[in-house]
Amino acid sequence: MGQWIAACAADDVDPEDVIPVEHDGKDYAIYRSPSDGYYATDGHCTHEQTLLCDGLVIGSVIECPKHNGRFDYTSGRALGAPVLVDVRTYPVKVADGTVYIEVD
Amino acid sequence: MDRDRLARYSLTSPENDAAVELGLAGGAWFRSAIPRKRMKELMRRSDYPAVRDTAIWFGLILGLAGLGIAFWGTWWAVPFFAGYGVLYGSTSDSRWHESGHGTAFKTRWMDQGLYQIASFMIMRDPTTWRWSHTRHHTDTLIVGRDPEIAVMRPARLARLLANLVGLVDVPLAFRLMFLHASGRLTADEADYVPESERHKVYRTARIDLAIYATAIGLAIGLRTWLPVVLIGGPRLYGAFLFNLYGFTQHAGMGENVLDHRLNTRTVKMCLVNRFLYWNMNYHVEHHMFPMVPYYRLPELHEEVKHDCAPAYPSMWAAYKEIVPAVLRQLRDQEYYIRRELLPGAAPYNEPVPLADGRALPLAGAVAA
Repeated sequence: MGQWIAACAADDVDPEDVIPVEHDGKDYAIYRSPSDGYYATDGHCTHEQTLLCDGLVIGSVIECPKHNGRFDYTSGRALGAPVLVDVRTYPVKVADGTVYIEVD
Repeated sequence: MDRDRLARYSLTSPENDAAVELGLAGGAWFRSAIPRKRMKELMRRSDYPAVRDTAIWFGLILGLAGLGIAFWGTWWAVPFFAGYGVLYGSTSDSRWHESGHGTAFKTRWMDQGLYQIASFMIMRDPTTWRWSHTRHHTDTLIVGRDPEIAVMRPARLARLLANLVGLVDVPLAFRLMFLHASGRLTADEADYVPESERHKVYRTARIDLAIYATAIGLAIGLRTWLPVVLIGGPRLYGAFLFNLYGFTQHAGMGENVLDHRLNTRTVKMCLVNRFLYWNMNYHVEHHMFPMVPYYRLPELHEEVKHDCAPAYPSMWAAYKEIVPAVLRQLRDQEYYIRRELLPGAAPYNEPVPLADGRALPLAGAVAA
């Protein structure tokens, strides 16, 4: 059973954007989709561990800033070379203007 | 001695492990500080510029090919095929590059389609070269790690000159096509192409060989050079320009550094060259921020130029520096071009004592 942690205020993330969150020495990326859905993944690209929060959100896709590898951040699915391994996603809920993610 | 020195560039050399041990592989590179909001603007994609430029590009290629065919057998065909050859054999390099990064278009399939076509034209396997270029961005000019170091120390001048007309690249490309078609990779390719991607390499090689075999068969059957002048041939007679552009990127600059301002050039070019090269002359900017599409690189240049040495005002200015530097490196391989940053610029990122650009033998340093 995971632990829900307050990651950020909902307004901290612009629509179609991503921000970094650090908890217990681990990096997470929090996304806000164009339709105001919130999602969370590991903070680093599975290819070469670059921080995804410096990347570009295009619809439901996050593009890594180093080699342009793409993930569907809603499912974590790697969308093709050079990323071949899915990125881990985390359950997210929003309550009273705060974004919570469930971590291990 | 030179052979030993050049052997260090192989990805199977001890320099590879030494670069990993010293933290030069996958290192933390310098990037200018740009506010996130501005960076997002610069990274935004649009289909329009690349669709427009690609339509013009294909239009010119098809138009020149048509005129060349119409005048085939007369001297009037020469200028048309000269233009066709350069567009096919040289400018496909920049289209390959941009679409390979996936930044040219907003629509993904357009990038992927252009990437396949341009890869065929420039005679690069789309899969191995995608991984090769990925490594080039991870470990730019790190000896033993970067498979795309064109001008080594000492430079292989005869090869570089012969390659102006594709005399190295094209035979090598065919050797690789036969190797890949037989289901094998080179040792260097095996270092950076994952297992799961290799079947694509073998399949593409077989398709490409079939296309070239058809062109050659038509040439023999119809007793005319025309099919090979149209397909494959431009990679020989039209290749000089992409080499001239490409040498400006890194030749003579620092190796084994973690700062693109030490190993990469930005060169100002005229509108025509920038169209042909798709703004890859803004190369420091591209390496710092590879997510920025080619049509926004001039804006990115304005954002980071305060942190950089002044851009070269022309290709001529760049070559006035490159040629003497490369000739000097024939006898002094520790020499490299180190440019003065503008006052107020962020200092060079040199976290490792050996990462000062000279590219001293890393393997020896680690062993000591």
